[in-house]
Amino acid sequence: MTDHDPGCERCEELLQGYLDRDLAPEEVVVAEGHLDGCDYCRRRYRFEERLRRYIRVSASERIPVGLRQKLAELRDERPAF
Amino acid sequence: MSETEAADARRIAAEARGRVRFEEEALGLADQVYRVARRLVGTREEAEELVQDTYIRAFRSWSSYTPGTNMRAWLLRILTNLNLDRGRKIQRTPDLQPLEEGDYFLANKLAAAEGEQALDQERVVEKLSQDNIVSALSELPHDFRDVVVLVDIGEFSYADAAQILDVPMGTVMSRLHRGRRILKQKLAQESLA
Repeated sequence: MTDHDPGCERCEELLQGYLDRDLAPEEVVVAEGHLDGCDYCRRRYRFEERLRRYIRVSASERIPVGLRQKLAELRDERPAF
Repeated sequence: MSETEAADARRIAAEARGRVRFEEEALGLADQVYRVARRLVGTREEAEELVQDTYIRAFRSWSSYTPGTNMRAWLLRILTNLNLDRGRKIQRTPDLQPLEEGDYFLANKLAAAEGEQALDQERVVEKLSQDNIVSALSELPHDFRDVVVLVDIGEFSYADAAQILDVPMGTVMSRLHRGRRILKQKLAQESLA
């Protein structure tokens, strides 16, 4: 199939909702029914899923140790009861 | 000690315990709060300052937090409000003209450059460097970036993101979908340049 196939276009429209688990059950059936028979869309769904995971990992920075310490110390500056 | 004094003492002790519990829980979320803050602002220094200001405000107003509700979302609501207060201009959401490129845009570009089979391999995603991702995120217009960062980096639900940003859930979804598309356009430009 190609991206000009109306089934592929519909599948592309459903991509984000599908990966966000935000589709109505009947839309899930449409998406999965198409994915079962379409290698083109299946590759793109898998790619998109990996891309999201990769974005999350790549863009996540751990908190600096010094900041964690500073935050803990903020408790000591709180006003008395 | 009179009965009233004893009751007061018990109340104060219970309040102190509640406060300590609140502080421990808030500090336990610092890593996740920082992770989102770091991508909402341009530099590490700004992110550190923003997180510190968030915790100062949170510790002061701890009694307005309802135990058992989503503290991570509560903290992020403070953080995003502070970020706006810090002089970030409220940006008009760019006109929502449809983007020509669809959701398959980046995959199609990479498939055209590397061949269709290459989409199955992890290395195609790895063609995008960490720098590509960070810089593409930082170039998103604020309205879109806030939503993409909250949902895709902070792993907040649509409903939590709507509450944090004080916008309707439909707005979260449309900004998220559009923001992700713009992100993919930028990634395609950077990685295939």
